Amino acid sequence: MNSVRVLVGTHKGAFILTSDGKRQKWEVQGPLFTGWEIYHMKGSPVDPNRIYASQTSGWFGQQIQRSSNGGKTWEVPGGEIKIEPGAMPPPAANKFVYDTSAETGKPLTTHQFYDGKQHPWEFKRVWHLEPSLTDVETVYAGIEDAAIFQSKDGGLNWKEMAGLRGHGTGPKWQPGAGGMCLHTLILDKSDPGRIYIAISSAGAFRTDDGGKTWKPINRGLKSQYIPDPNAEVGHCVHHMAMHPSRPTTLFMQKHWDVMRSDDAGDNWKEVSGNLPTDFGFVIDVHAHEPETIYVVPIKSDGEHFPLEGKLRVYRSKSGGNEWEELSKGLPARDCYVNVLRDAMAVDSLDSCGIYFGTTGGQVYCSPDAGDSWAPIVRDLPAVFSVEVQTLA
Amino acid sequence: MHLRTLAKVDGEVQLEIEGAVTQRTVLDALEAKYPVLRGSIRDHVTQERRAFLRFFACEEDLSHESPDAPLPEEVATGKEPYLIIGAIAGG
Repeated sequence: MNSVRVLVGTHKGAFILTSDGKRQKWEVQGPLFTGWEIYHMKGSPVDPNRIYASQTSGWFGQQIQRSSNGGKTWEVPGGEIKIEPGAMPPPAANKFVYDTSAETGKPLTTHQFYDGKQHPWEFKRVWHLEPSLTDVETVYAGIEDAAIFQSKDGGLNWKEMAGLRGHGTGPKWQPGAGGMCLHTLILDKSDPGRIYIAISSAGAFRTDDGGKTWKPINRGLKSQYIPDPNAEVGHCVHHMAMHPSRPTTLFMQKHWDVMRSDDAGDNWKEVSGNLPTDFGFVIDVHAHEPETIYVVPIKSDGEHFPLEGKLRVYRSKSGGNEWEELSKGLPARDCYVNVLRDAMAVDSLDSCGIYFGTTGGQVYCSPDAGDSWAPIVRDLPAVFSVEVQTLA
Repeated sequence: MHLRTLAKVDGEVQLEIEGAVTQRTVLDALEAKYPVLRGSIRDHVTQERRAFLRFFACEEDLSHESPDAPLPEEVATGKEPYLIIGAIAGG
């Protein structure tokens, strides 16, 4: 019988929630990495027992953790390496050093800061880990300050894909309220050379040659909070999602506005339709219905909680514009949590399960594609990220 | 606690150091014995102390002292510990 494993990253550790295909009774494992911020955990599509986790701390910096047995035990890649006196220092899994080499074009090393001046790129943390679709040892990292890194050895050595920062618009990028983070990273099963990424507050970008060259894909985005609302870059994209069967159709939750593109991001149109507010962070696509999408509307950029204190998911079965409220089983009053950008996921069971976590520490599951909801857990630390693995 | 968890040790760590006993040589020896701590105490590239960590010994805050200054004799001889502390920060 199928089962699911939900990977939850929180403000103070990680949790793994498991259930059978009914998704009614759950086992809770954790906290793992107690006291650390776990920005993201994700399993390899090649081998679901391989899971990568981003463990970070304002005190102790970044760590990459890796499990090869489905989360039962964890290791820092290369953590047992011995340092020999006089030898070259061995690699470290938490070493993210921006590429400034001449061979890769000496990418620009400053971006716009809050004060409007140019500011050096400084590594802060890994926001998102995206395992390769074809190789268990290859994994991509989206980091703050915004850049994309790749490891081909299970997270031990990290190399920047410097073409992104070097393509030309870097000096115009600036941090959003959460920092200048590369938070969304989408791989295309049908085209190994294509990667989509999104940065707050720079926008969306695409490579078609495996990361050598990149271009902004923000035409059609309108952001009233920047000097030129139609600028090439500077848009605060909160999250993007894609269905694997429609790799040129993208859905986006922008700071304000829900958007879609049907030409791989070259052009976007707004599909907010009848949403009660189109501010929000998460967006995701049903596992079996490429035109069924989900968002969690949030009141505003100044008030990061649901309208009227009533937690609701909205679903569109038409790829946007026409939305229906899904609230059965969700708090109907006095709910003032947020749902952060990487905190929604879907499983691929026949009856598609939808999951999301809140800053109030709840993780909700709907085993019936959003029709009804129930909390798996209610009192975790603030949830940063939710991913789900569908296991045979 | 967090550094001990990363290094998979329970209590104090004993280090053998040849030559001058300074903050730099202590941290070099610590990272050589526990490579997983690299980048968690000092920046990988600049080797600067991470901002929210403090270095104490013999009831003195040595965080802003030269990394190459000799540590107190009590530390060098193992009578007193060299402490790496997560600074109190937050609300």
